[in-house]
Amino acid sequence: MSGKDYFEIRVKQLARVEGEGGVWVKVKDGKIDYVEVNIFEPPRFFEAFLKGRSYLEAPDLTARICGICPLAYVMASSRAMEKILGIKVSDAANKLREMAFYGEWIESHVLHFAFLHTPDFLGKHSVFEIAKEHPQFLKDAIAARDWGNKVIEIIGGRPVHPVGFRVGGLHRIIKKRELEQLLGNYDEVKRIGRRLLEFILQLPIPEIRYDMVFMSLKGEKEYPILEGVVANNLGDEFPEDEFEERIIAEQKRYSNALHYRLRDGRPYITGPLARFNLNYELLSPEVRDVLEEFGFKPPLRNTYQSIIARAAETYHAILKIGRLIEEYREPSRAYEEAEVRAGEAVAIVEAPRGMLYHRYRIDDGGRILYADIVPPTAQNYAAMEEDILKVGDLILKKPREEAQRLVETTIRNYDPCISCSVHMIRLRIIEE
Amino acid sequence: MSGINGKIRLAVFKLTSCSGCQQQIIDLGELLLALLDRVEIAYFLEASSDAKPGPYDVALIEGSVSTPHEEKLVKNIRENSKIVVSVGSCATYGGIQALRNWMEFEEVKKTVYEKPEWVEALEKSRPISDFIKVDYAISGCPANKLQLLSTLKQILIGRRAYHREESLCQECKRKGNVCVVVAKGEPCLGPIIKEGCGALCPSYGRGCYGCFGPTIDPKPDALAKRFEDLGLSREEVASRIRNVTSWSEPIRRFLESYER
Repeated sequence: MSGKDYFEIRVKQLARVEGEGGVWVKVKDGKIDYVEVNIFEPPRFFEAFLKGRSYLEAPDLTARICGICPLAYVMASSRAMEKILGIKVSDAANKLREMAFYGEWIESHVLHFAFLHTPDFLGKHSVFEIAKEHPQFLKDAIAARDWGNKVIEIIGGRPVHPVGFRVGGLHRIIKKRELEQLLGNYDEVKRIGRRLLEFILQLPIPEIRYDMVFMSLKGEKEYPILEGVVANNLGDEFPEDEFEERIIAEQKRYSNALHYRLRDGRPYITGPLARFNLNYELLSPEVRDVLEEFGFKPPLRNTYQSIIARAAETYHAILKIGRLIEEYREPSRAYEEAEVRAGEAVAIVEAPRGMLYHRYRIDDGGRILYADIVPPTAQNYAAMEEDILKVGDLILKKPREEAQRLVETTIRNYDPCISCSVHMIRLRIIEE
Repeated sequence: MSGINGKIRLAVFKLTSCSGCQQQIIDLGELLLALLDRVEIAYFLEASSDAKPGPYDVALIEGSVSTPHEEKLVKNIRENSKIVVSVGSCATYGGIQALRNWMEFEEVKKTVYEKPEWVEALEKSRPISDFIKVDYAISGCPANKLQLLSTLKQILIGRRAYHREESLCQECKRKGNVCVVVAKGEPCLGPIIKEGCGALCPSYGRGCYGCFGPTIDPKPDALAKRFEDLGLSREEVASRIRNVTSWSEPIRRFLESYER
């Protein structure tokens, strides 16, 4: 690309959605020297209206922050409240939570990698266009999502904003035979998970490699989803309670979301790629076999490969749910309770998009006095901006239209919350 | 209809919301694909980056109006669409984010943002029907995907779309649930809330918290009295009723008078 005059490129399909935010790239002396990722989501002020509500309402209320990953909010808020009250959740309830949460990973991951991201790599507008050449891919994607949704539905009542979960466990006892409905076509579901992963492993993914900081929960014996210590690839490991001491938040004029960085100012990446790199050995062996068959080994130091991590985690989730159903024993009580007391606690869970942080303070009547929620997408903004700087040369070598697509793809590597990823990305490349 | 090969031109828009109702559309899966020989998805950014300009035959709108930009956008959608359907309780009633409508807005902004003056938002989160004429309203948090599908199909065959709006209690009875109010003394909004979810909460032994919004001619006063009889304070009663669809007309009017 060249030209001295100021000019503006808009991704044309999205130009009609005005003011929702965008990506601004300023080019100076043939180099990208300023990037502003401005993913705009109208503010919804959850932290404000949670004040005064009962601690028991936190899961149902915060679920509404995200229609793609409501379970993550249910789990984080429940676990924080349980920490405050000293409730130990039964093994059965934990397993049900894990199954449903993995169901959400499947639903969310497949939506992203099949519907949103794959078209980028194949130069298409939508998965429907891909379906003409690869009908099985769309079929598999829909079937996998249906199954993931079914897992949530059987346990929680419905996939979006399920009603079955509560602080202390679930609202009713889930029968083993209800779960076994999921195993009717399980062998085929496993094959689907594998086929999807194999398809993704064969995509033409841009080659790029650079140093980055990954941060995620780290599991002890199991791949992290509901809990774990926080770890990064700099060698740090610390309990979730110390999270806020390790990061800084800044408000940007151009964004309604806060931006997060490490204390030293460095951006970090949270999400599937971080989890994958920090917990690879804990992925199901079947998943690692496929990856290694195709020559992939951690660490993946290319954010475009986040799509691989997503597909790998999807296959892992399918395998894991089957094992959890097998191990499941019906509990005698659906949920545990404890005397209400004042207190404060933090919980981090692994939402499909990365670490989701909740902190609550409640009074002795169980009313919420304070709530702080840090979603994964907000943690990734700084990394997205950094990414575009790093891949700058790659972007500037392309003809304009391809450059736009590459910038979009770069942002989509982070699977920014749908409402964002579809409304946004108005790209302006400004040459000075 | 105006689309390619006489197909209906469908557009899906999102305002202030969680994306959960668009998710319901995607979750139709094969059922959605089956519609594609009758429907052209002209604008649905979640599914395709090939977004075509209006005019549209049918616009589905998720989300409430809570920013000055959305106010303009929603009017623009109306001008470009023959039929507008509000999808879900945000678009239909203002949504869960309307819980802030009951608070002092400056305080609300300060609670979340260090620099509240940078935040561009309307003082209230409101239903789209406050700004434009809405042809059909499908409520729910999230909307029921099958209700959504049946509405689309009815529009396709050219009839006036209809779905039942009896109280949740009717649906709950048909399902054969034991009443949680009677059996457990559990406060349940069922009597004033419309059906559509499948009476999910009572099926889990818990009270309804109202995500589908008010049924036809609800009696919140009578329900509040019942809740008081169960031993709830007036504050607790108000808090129970002020939930996902608090900004719907009947619930709002009730709360305003109850708390006076």
